[in-house]
Amino acid sequence: MYRQLVLIRRFEEHAAEAYAQAKIGGFLHLYIGEEAVAVGAINAVRETDHLLTHYRDHGYALVRGCDPKACMAELFGREDGLCHGRGGSMHLAEAARHFWGGYAIVGSHIPIGAGMAYAMQYQERDEVVLDFFGDGATGNGIFHEGLSMAALWNLPVIFICENNLYGMGATLAEESPVSEMRIKAEGYTMPSIQCDGMDVLSVYEALGKAAEHCRSGKGPYFVEAMTYRFRGHSMADPELYRDKSEVQRWRVRDPIPSFGDWCVEHGVCSSQELAQINEEVEGEMLEAVAFAEQSPWPDPAEVGRWIYAKPIDPESPARSEGAGAAVPLTSDAGV
Amino acid sequence: MSLVSYRDAVRSALRDEMLRDQRVILMGEDITGYGGSYAVTKGLVEEFGPKRVMETPIAEAGIVGFAVGAAMGGLIPVAELMTVNFALLALDQIVNSAAKCHYMFGGQWSVPLVVRTVSGFGQLGPTHSQTFEGWFASVPGLKVVMPATPADARGLLLAAIRDPDPVIFIEHSLLYSTKGELPEGEAADEEVPIGSAKVVRAGTDVTLVAYSRMLLQALQAAEELERSDGVSCEVVDLRTLRPVDYPTVVESVRRTHQLVLCGEDWRTGGFGASLLSELSDRCFDDLDAPIQRVASPDVPMAYSRQLERSLIPTSDEVVEVVRRLN
Repeated sequence: MYRQLVLIRRFEEHAAEAYAQAKIGGFLHLYIGEEAVAVGAINAVRETDHLLTHYRDHGYALVRGCDPKACMAELFGREDGLCHGRGGSMHLAEAARHFWGGYAIVGSHIPIGAGMAYAMQYQERDEVVLDFFGDGATGNGIFHEGLSMAALWNLPVIFICENNLYGMGATLAEESPVSEMRIKAEGYTMPSIQCDGMDVLSVYEALGKAAEHCRSGKGPYFVEAMTYRFRGHSMADPELYRDKSEVQRWRVRDPIPSFGDWCVEHGVCSSQELAQINEEVEGEMLEAVAFAEQSPWPDPAEVGRWIYAKPIDPESPARSEGAGAAVPLTSDAGV
Repeated sequence: MSLVSYRDAVRSALRDEMLRDQRVILMGEDITGYGGSYAVTKGLVEEFGPKRVMETPIAEAGIVGFAVGAAMGGLIPVAELMTVNFALLALDQIVNSAAKCHYMFGGQWSVPLVVRTVSGFGQLGPTHSQTFEGWFASVPGLKVVMPATPADARGLLLAAIRDPDPVIFIEHSLLYSTKGELPEGEAADEEVPIGSAKVVRAGTDVTLVAYSRMLLQALQAAEELERSDGVSCEVVDLRTLRPVDYPTVVESVRRTHQLVLCGEDWRTGGFGASLLSELSDRCFDDLDAPIQRVASPDVPMAYSRQLERSLIPTSDEVVEVVRRLN
């Protein structure tokens, strides 16, 4: 888990550097500071369980085992990217790992997760769905529609709210009548738990409880992870809405060194071993960036590929039987 | 051969696909005990049970989002949105989730779902009488069909349910009680291919392109013009709005040299406007006159019967437009 925390951090630091060099375009939303949530949560469930996330999605992809090279290449908009340069930073996904992607319309994936959980229940598959979103998403109607249906049909889905105190630049006090998002789940009779999103073990424990609840057929569960993002909302964010001192206060609770210390204190590994992990990950990330830079650009002639799983071309000569010939019509035309 | 209503034709396609494929589920508002607000799903919950015919909260965006997730999880959901007016609440899920997943994730999975919804009017007032097919038809990633006859309603719905991509299937409230023959025996299982228009009346002087209810208006107009004016109209039922079968229309115009587009949508920005743009390019050398449109005036639909009548495109209007051409 320590390696995964470092992996996310270093991946994103390199991504931020590449963004500053204009090698990555558009939006880049960094997860730095919140890594313990993805790491704790995903490690607490099975590999076959399903993940859906918001657009701040690099961390989940990496923890699920997606190749950092392919993730970086996607950010660079290259052919070897996880989604062949069609999605970019906000839309990483790998179906084979049951990582069903990052969604960039806030809250839109909340009912999608519920629907997927229904498919699992319907097919009697023993898999649960993890649906991650931020505190900002709870202001959207779609959040309530998704929770309502999940509760109504008793579906095996865990809603994980990463409460990082800001919906983009709006403070919790400005965007929500309650400061604890789990209160919103109570209206749907959904059991909930709050955990320390800066502490990987606290998240791990909460998700273990939630997954057990869902898998035993007791319906959905709501987890609220209290966390903080150290960087701006995206690379374009000047962060005028918060004090630097507030960020500093949270940085003291950085999930990486604190979990590293815990590992050393509990004899899980030595500080030399942690340093070695840091070094190895840094090497991997340099490789990932080099890979992304060398990966070919997608072919513009192929830009229309994948619009449809089954493209239909009415222009093709082999098209449509039934067209062309006049036939009698028997509908009464009395409309 | 017996005549079957459009409503029963839609139901028969739903029922047969549910019998054929366990993965097919229905979901929507009032589709169980109530039987569907247009009685399309009547009896299906009794036959298939509430796990396959799901009564949902009044939450259009949630319904479609849920259907997208169920499709990704291995099911084939057919979501009913009570009317196309309410479908606006689900536009985000239709446009940003259903239509995008296959593309933005690099073709890793498709979203095989059907959104059934209903266009139409009948003194329902400004918010319940609109027609938005052009909005859906403008979105790459969606397939959009709008059948006019019971046989096409059945055949296109079979095709939509079996298609791996999201299909918007728009019915028309004023067509539900119209009747027509359905194919029988082995032919009953045949799909009407998505993306194929059909020449439903042969003619030599002018081509009328229509779909959904306006097809019936165009056919009525063609009869009237033949009888009163000796003008021979060829009528093309577009059937699919995305992708449009332009070759069938272009072939027809090559014979008739005149073209009238018939739709119920607003004149500005409506689906007809997009058709006109593409067809004026494709048919320019074959046309003897500018392409004409029959469309609704840019006015919200009024409640009063007299006002509503003044806004709805009819066969009389089609006749008038053709007379102006000739």
